[in-house]
Amino acid sequence: MTKFHMNRRGILKGAGAGLVTLATPHFFTKGAWAQDFCNNPTGGTVTFGLNLPLTGTYAEEGADELKAYELAIKHLNGEGDGGLLNVLKPSALKGNGILGKKVEFVTSDSQTLSDVARAGATRMIERDNAIMITGGSSSGEAIAVQSLCQEMGIIFMAGLTHSNDTTGKDKRRYGFRHFFNAYQSGIAIAPVIGEAYGNDRRAYHLTADYTWGWTQEESIKAATEALGWETVAAVRTPLGAGDYSQFLTPVLNSGADVLILNHYGNDMVNSLTQAVQFGMRDRQANGKQFEIVVPLFSELMAKGAGENIKGIFGTSNWHWALEDEGSQAFTKSFGAAYGSPPSQAAHTAYVQALLYADAVERAGTFYPPEVIKALEGFEFDGMGNGPTLYRAEDHQCMKSVLVVRGNENPTSQFDVLDVVQEVSRETTTYDPSIFGGELGSAEPVPQCT
Amino acid sequence: MFEVIFLQFLNGLDKGSAYALIALGLTIVFGTLGVVNFAHGALFMLGCFCAVAFRRLLTLETVTIDPEKLSPWGQPLQVREPLVQAWFGDFGAILVNYSVPLSLLLTVPVMLLVGVAMERGLIKFFYKRPHAEQILVTFGLAIVIGELVKAFFGPNPHPQPMPTDLRGAADIGAWLGMRAGVITYPLWRLIYFLFAVSIIGAVFAFLQFTTFGMVVRAGMADRETVGILGIDIDRRFTIMFGIAAVVAGMAGVMYTPLLPPNYTLGMDFLVISFVVVVVGGMGSLPGAVTAGFLLGILQSFASMTQVKAIFPGIDQIIIYLVAVVILLVRPRGLMGRRGVMEA
Repeated sequence: MTKFHMNRRGILKGAGAGLVTLATPHFFTKGAWAQDFCNNPTGGTVTFGLNLPLTGTYAEEGADELKAYELAIKHLNGEGDGGLLNVLKPSALKGNGILGKKVEFVTSDSQTLSDVARAGATRMIERDNAIMITGGSSSGEAIAVQSLCQEMGIIFMAGLTHSNDTTGKDKRRYGFRHFFNAYQSGIAIAPVIGEAYGNDRRAYHLTADYTWGWTQEESIKAATEALGWETVAAVRTPLGAGDYSQFLTPVLNSGADVLILNHYGNDMVNSLTQAVQFGMRDRQANGKQFEIVVPLFSELMAKGAGENIKGIFGTSNWHWALEDEGSQAFTKSFGAAYGSPPSQAAHTAYVQALLYADAVERAGTFYPPEVIKALEGFEFDGMGNGPTLYRAEDHQCMKSVLVVRGNENPTSQFDVLDVVQEVSRETTTYDPSIFGGELGSAEPVPQCT
Repeated sequence: MFEVIFLQFLNGLDKGSAYALIALGLTIVFGTLGVVNFAHGALFMLGCFCAVAFRRLLTLETVTIDPEKLSPWGQPLQVREPLVQAWFGDFGAILVNYSVPLSLLLTVPVMLLVGVAMERGLIKFFYKRPHAEQILVTFGLAIVIGELVKAFFGPNPHPQPMPTDLRGAADIGAWLGMRAGVITYPLWRLIYFLFAVSIIGAVFAFLQFTTFGMVVRAGMADRETVGILGIDIDRRFTIMFGIAAVVAGMAGVMYTPLLPPNYTLGMDFLVISFVVVVVGGMGSLPGAVTAGFLLGILQSFASMTQVKAIFPGIDQIIIYLVAVVILLVRPRGLMGRRGVMEA
C-alpha cells in the first residue's frame, strides 16, 4: 500500500506551479487555441473556394462572377491596376496578398443546384483547405452553403443571392451578403411602377419555385398591394422550366393587366421572351396597356432578352455606368481585362472578395471569430454603392438600390439598361427583426480537420 | 371560359407536336428494326445543334478597331460585322434572320448520315439481343452524343431567334370572327404545329403510297417472308432508321426558337416520348401520333389554374398517371397490336 506523504517542500512546489499557471498571460493561451481552426493557413499562400454556377439556369452570372474573382485576386496580390483597392475607404489592404500570404483559388461548378453547391463547398474546404467560400448565383445555393459553412467554421461571403431568407430566417454568423434583397427591391420599385402605371392595376405573378422566388413574390406583392394594386394570381413555376407556354396561357384571360416575372437568369430570358411572343406587350386589358415587370434583372439577362427587355422596369444592385469613382475604377479594370463591362453579379463577387481580405487585415488574423467581428458593423465607401454598412444584426449590407429600365434607344451593345432612380440607403433600410432567424455562435466547431 | 379552354387546346397541340414527332421516329425504329432506341432523344438534340451550328456559320464576323470611338473602359471600340452581310448585303441579313428554317437544309443530310452511321455502326449488332441490352447500349450512346455536344458547344443553352416577321402573336379570335385580342397565340408555335402535321403527313404518305413504303410495311408485318422474296429488307430498314433520325432532327431544329437547346435537352424529351409510345401502342405509328397530341393536350389542361387549385402539381404528373392506367388496363396501348407488351 502506497502512503501519501505531505511535507512543506511538496506543498510549496505545488503552490508554485499553480500560481505560475494562473499567472500565465491570458493572451498567450488565447493565441495558442486561436490558431487551431479550420484550414488555418500555415504556408505562404491562402486559398479562396469559389463556388459558382458555371452550368445551369444561372450560368451566365456564374461565368461573370468567376472573372470578377480572378480579377479581385490579382489585385489583392498586387497585380494589375489595383482596381477598387485604390478607392475602398477605410482600407487595410496593402496589395501584397492577405497578411503577406499570396491568394490562390480553387473553383467548383455548383450547376445552379443546392446539393451540388454544398458538396462542392465541402470538397473545397476538406480537400483544398479553402479558408473562405464565396460565390453562388442562387439563394437556394447560398442558404445551403451558408449553413454548411456555419457548421464547419468557415466564412461564407455570398455572391448573387436576393432571397430575404439569406440574411433573414436562414441567416448565419458565418454568412455575409453584400447584394441587396427582395424586400429592398419592393421598397425601391413600387413607387416607380406606381407612378408609371397607376395605382389601379391587377397583377399576375409567375414565380420561380424556391426560396428566392417565394420571398420576392411576397415582397413585391406586399409593396404593390400597398400601392392599391390587386394580385389576381401567383403561380409557381419549376426552376429551369424552359417552356413557359403552359404558365403564360392562363395569364391572357385572367383579368390581369400586369405580369410580374419573379424569374432570374435563363429562366427570365425564356419567360419574358415567350410572354412577348404571346403578344403580352401589345395587349390591352381592363382598358389599359398590358405591362410586364421583372423585379430583379441584370445586364446579362437584358442582353439575353434583346429587344424584349426594352422599357421594362426592374431593380439592380449596381450598374457599370454609375459615375462614382469606385464604379468607374471597377468598370475600367474589368473592361480592360475581359472586353465587356462587369455585371452586377461580377461587382458583388469582386467586392465580397475585397471586403473579406480587408477584414482579415484589420483583424490581423484569419481566425474566423475575429474576422467576423471585423466585418460586423463595418462602415465603408468607395465600392460603387455609396456609403455602406455591413449590418451586425443580420450581416446584410445597407446601401442604395437602383431602379433600372430596359434601354429603349441603346447606343452600343453594352448600353442595355437605364438607371431610372438611385433609391437611398435610408429609404431601403429596414428593421432586421422582421424576418426572424438567429445568427448563431461565432465560435467554430472543428469539423474539417 | 371558352377562350381559356381554346388557348389551352392550342397549347396542347403545340406541345403534342414535339411529342408526336419524337414518338413517331421512335416507333419507326421499333416497328421496323425491333430496337428500343434510347438515343432517339439525342437525335432530337443533335437536330437542335444543327440549327446552332448553321447560325454560327452565318454569323462569323470580322472584327475591326474604330480608333475614333471608345468603349466604356476607355479602349478603342471593336466593330463587328457578320461576313455574310458584308458579302451579300441585305440578302445576307435575310439569310441570318431566317437561319432557323434555312438550317433544315443542313439538318436533313447531316441527320440522314448520322442515322445510317448509327444503325450500321452499332445498332445492327443488337437486333437479336434482348431489349434490355438494346436499351443499355442506346442509352450509353445517348450519353456519348450528349457529352460530345457539350464538348463542342459548352454546357449552357443557345437561344436561337426566330425570324423577325414571325415573332409576335396571331389574332386567332379575329380570324374566327370574335373580338380582336381575345384569343392570341404565338405565330411560331402555330407554324411548329403546321410543320409537325406536314412532316407526319409526309411520313405516312411515304409509307402508304410509295413502293419503298409498301415494302417497309410488309417487312414490318413479316420480315422473313419479305426476305425470302429476294428483297433486301435490311437496307430499307437502314434507310428507315435514317429517316427516323431526320424526323427527330427536323423536329429539333424548328423547336429551337421555343426552347434554347443544351446538351441535356434530348434526355428531357426522351422520357416523355417513351411514355407517349407506350400509351399509343409500341410499334403503332398512328398510335404514337395520336397519343402525342392527346397527352400534350391533357398536360396543357392539367396546367390550368382551376385544375391545379383542386389537384396541385397535377400538370407535372398527369402524363405518367395516364401511362400507369394504360399499362394496367390495356398494356398494348391505345392502338397497339394485340400481343405486344401483353403476357
